[in-house]
Amino acid sequence: MELLPTIWFIAIAVLWTGYLFLEGFDLGVGMLMKGFARNNTERRVLINTIGPVWDGNEVWLLTAGGATFAAFPLWYASLFSALYLPLLLVLVALIFRAVAFEYRGKVDNPKWRARWDWAISAGSFVAAFGVGAALALTTTGLPIDANGDRVGGPFAWFSGYAVLGGLAVVGFSLLHGLGFLALKTDGEVRHRARAWFVRLLPVLLLPIAGWAVSLQLLSGEAWTMAAVVAAVVAAVLAWNFARKGAEGRAFMSLGAFLLLGSASIFGAAFPVVMPSTLDPAFNLTVTNASSSDYTLGLMSIVACIGLPLVLAYQAWTYWVFRRRVSAAHIPEAHSFLPAIAAKALAPKD
Amino acid sequence: MDALEIARWQFGITTVYHFMMVPLTIGLGLVVAVIQTLWYRTGKPEYLRMTKFWGKLFLINFIMGVATGIVQEFQFGMAWSEYSRFVGDVFGAPLAMEALLAFFVESTFLGLWIFGWKQLKPGLHLACLWIAVIGSVFSAYFIIVANSWMQHPVGVQMVNGRPVMTDAWAVFTNNTALVAVPHTLFGALAVAGAFLLGIAWYHLWRRRHDGIDTIGTDGKVIPGEAPGIPGRDRNDHTVWIRSLRIGAVVAMISFAGTAVTGDLQGKLMFEQQPMKMAAAEAACHDGTGFSVLSVGNLGSKNCNDIVAVIEVPGILSFLAKGDFSTEVKGVNSLLDEYKAKYGTTLPDNPIYGDRAGQPIQYVPVMEVTYWGFRMMIGFGGIAALAALVALWATRKGTVPASRGLMRLAVFGILAPFGANAAGWIFTEMGRQPFVVAPNPDPSGIDQVFMFTAAAVSPGVSAGEILTSLVVLTTIYAVLLVVEVKLLVKYIRGGVAAAMPELAHAPADESEGGTPPGGTPGTPEGDDVLAFAY
Ligand code: HDD
Ligand code: HEM
Ligand code: HEM
Repeated sequence: MELLPTIWFIAIAVLWTGYLFLEGFDLGVGMLMKGFARNNTERRVLINTIGPVWDGNEVWLLTAGGATFAAFPLWYASLFSALYLPLLLVLVALIFRAVAFEYRGKVDNPKWRARWDWAISAGSFVAAFGVGAALALTTTGLPIDANGDRVGGPFAWFSGYAVLGGLAVVGFSLLHGLGFLALKTDGEVRHRARAWFVRLLPVLLLPIAGWAVSLQLLSGEAWTMAAVVAAVVAAVLAWNFARKGAEGRAFMSLGAFLLLGSASIFGAAFPVVMPSTLDPAFNLTVTNASSSDYTLGLMSIVACIGLPLVLAYQAWTYWVFRRRVSAAHIPEAHSFLPAIAAKALAPKD
Repeated sequence: MDALEIARWQFGITTVYHFMMVPLTIGLGLVVAVIQTLWYRTGKPEYLRMTKFWGKLFLINFIMGVATGIVQEFQFGMAWSEYSRFVGDVFGAPLAMEALLAFFVESTFLGLWIFGWKQLKPGLHLACLWIAVIGSVFSAYFIIVANSWMQHPVGVQMVNGRPVMTDAWAVFTNNTALVAVPHTLFGALAVAGAFLLGIAWYHLWRRRHDGIDTIGTDGKVIPGEAPGIPGRDRNDHTVWIRSLRIGAVVAMISFAGTAVTGDLQGKLMFEQQPMKMAAAEAACHDGTGFSVLSVGNLGSKNCNDIVAVIEVPGILSFLAKGDFSTEVKGVNSLLDEYKAKYGTTLPDNPIYGDRAGQPIQYVPVMEVTYWGFRMMIGFGGIAALAALVALWATRKGTVPASRGLMRLAVFGILAPFGANAAGWIFTEMGRQPFVVAPNPDPSGIDQVFMFTAAAVSPGVSAGEILTSLVVLTTIYAVLLVVEVKLLVKYIRGGVAAAMPELAHAPADESEGGTPPGGTPGTPEGDDVLAFAY
């Protein structure tokens, strides 16, 4: 096995894990805008917990995509073109979600807000589902030919694994979002989030566990199976901590669950980055899909400098905004004070 | 239309749309950072107000840049998989670096800036904005390095039919990129300049119209107050007149900047993409004159139909080579060269689909290149001239009462946007039929090129791409309306719309007392949020 491509496979696994860990909770909080939050103030509490950080979290997705392009162009090209329509949906979801965060509060009107609330919650759901489906399919396989192009039309990618993967990321994100709210808010919202976390954990983690286990059956190894077991232990710990009210520890345990789960999934998939369901000879692997060693070497240097920096300043952001948000902190929706629309002064003409 | 044509339309529409937001983000970001620095240094309330007002507009626009940028990142893989496979070894690196080294910085530090007004000490808070703005400049650099490699491939060797990077330094210091980056940044500043100018003009006009500002006997403005309307005090007048002047100066400097860097680009284009140069002139024959107006059927395949009606001798040579006599090659002589070097028909390769074996159309669409080039320069020049006139017209401290002039100033905001779009459309369409243009330098990598016809995803159907084209275009159209409406709302709202606190303490503030939003040096400890959605 060649060294640099292997390292880059690990790097991309790390980027995806970072994405699921960070954007996971803001996607979850986004989905919880409907169903969980009970009134406008609570919805504003929810948004404000992720307000300063969601865009930075989303960049993990862009970096995972960009790094795949740089390190494994053939993987990037095949995966993205094969999943054309589902990724279009993800894009639409991400567009609306991003705009909604910024624009929701810009007009003080319940109808306006209600629309953007839908955009946030549906957008978060669709994005999580689509990313999950894409990740699952790249581990379980797509109908690609020798050139890496999809065969069989626009929906040929569809399989039960797409649904399983989609539900896996949706479920995990919801749970992670609840854990995050329990950690970041105070009062009513905090208690409800914790109660929901405890109650829903088994259901919400079921699909991701299903994905990890089925991949073990397809191509698991001893250590990846051990990782699955360890992940289950982490989930039990998270549940137990949450029940006892140790929100920080519950959050970290769920993080450990994700780390172990994704190690088991990526580890089981390795060295194939995208199996072909038509013929194993067409499989894209760490070796046949990668860039040259020169490019990988360059990217390694950049990543060694860039990634620790990113981690450092993102951690600092969480530190700056470490205080819990509660309904009491939410000021009145700022009344818009038009200088010109007001007819306070009679115009001269 | 087949998949290729739809994919090209989609790429063109989505990128040009992205580039409506981008220059405003870059340009306005720089301007707001400078203004906040002035506030930090002087503590003058008008600078705080300007920071808040322009910062609000900046954020409304920024988010659209983010939302549309994600589409760009995905699109290479989705619609241009053959392209991605071909260039991945070189092209992916700057794209990944853009995300890792620029987007993270931009988004994280902008989040800190938006929410950190009270959590962070003023100096640190200001630094966050500067870091975010510098991040956006880096993002421009990285993406233009990627784009410039398509215009002028360097630093690679062909291995098994694909370019493989051999010299990262050459890629990242590609001379095409080194001049395109400042050109694009100046273009972005031109947008910000006109934006400040037009909006400030509107507000000054409105203050006169509403009878708040009056003109004294010496012709100078007498700033007034409108009691009862938050924020419309004397200080408000300072905010707008200063914004207007900053905008006008920025607009003029940036046009000069685009002209100088554009001239350098012209010289590179002459060497690197001579056909683009000829197409920009719609010139059939070799010559030295720059056409100011050419008539005839620009779109025709036969350039002999085109006649230059007004031509300035020598200028074309100057643009290309720096003298007044070098013959710049026309389409006719170049066509033979291109055919000899790169073939007359597309190879019989399944990658070209139905197009395999068809003749190659080496001449870009000349209507677009000819007028694109002139619109870029023209719109930019008009905006700069208008800025000069505006400075003169406002020397007495306010704008003329004319409604027509005010409208002109507001519509003038569109000119630099038009110049930017025209510049990109010219650059990208002038590169056709290549998606990676050959580098004619005799350094041995002349054979690194790719026809656009080979770049599209072979496995993706025309129907899929059409779906995404329709979906994205519709969403973009709707969001454009929403964004412009919001911008208009906040523009009309004036400073108070971005600073609700003005309603509560207008008197203090205009006396230069405690400015709302925190005096420099006193972060308020107990507030969890300085800004709540
Ligand atoms: C000259 C500058 C420039 C050019 C040519 C492009 N962009 Fe851009 N892009 C920016 C300058 C920029 C920016 C100023 O940095 C933006 C605008 C708003 C923002 O967040 O950053 C941005 C945003 C932005 C984002 C969102 C970043 C985030 O979430 O924070 C992505 C993924 C891209 N762009 C990708 C692209 C791609 C793939 C392009 C090529 C086709 C492209 N951009 C052209
Ligand atoms: C790194 C930056 C960019 C890259 C990598 C890039 C790449 C491409 C690609 C792959 C195509 C499709 C093939 C083709 O039809 O030529 C294209 C076309 C196009 N691009 Fe760019 N582009 C970049 C930046 C831009 C920007 C910023 C704009 C404008 C705002 C732009 C405008 C266009 C247009 C108008 C087309 C359509 C050309 C045609 O159909 O003939 N591009 N570009
Ligand atoms: C005298 C003025 C100008 C000259 C001589 C000039 C020249 C050029 C040239 C030669 C190119 C093509 C580069 C290539 O394809 O190789 C270009 C591209 C471009 N121009 Fe201009 N330009 C001028 C003014 C402007 C203005 C005022 C703006 C915007 C406000 C602008 C925005 C752009 C953009 C966005 C591009 C495409 C990106 C790039 O290649 O940098 N230009 N310009």
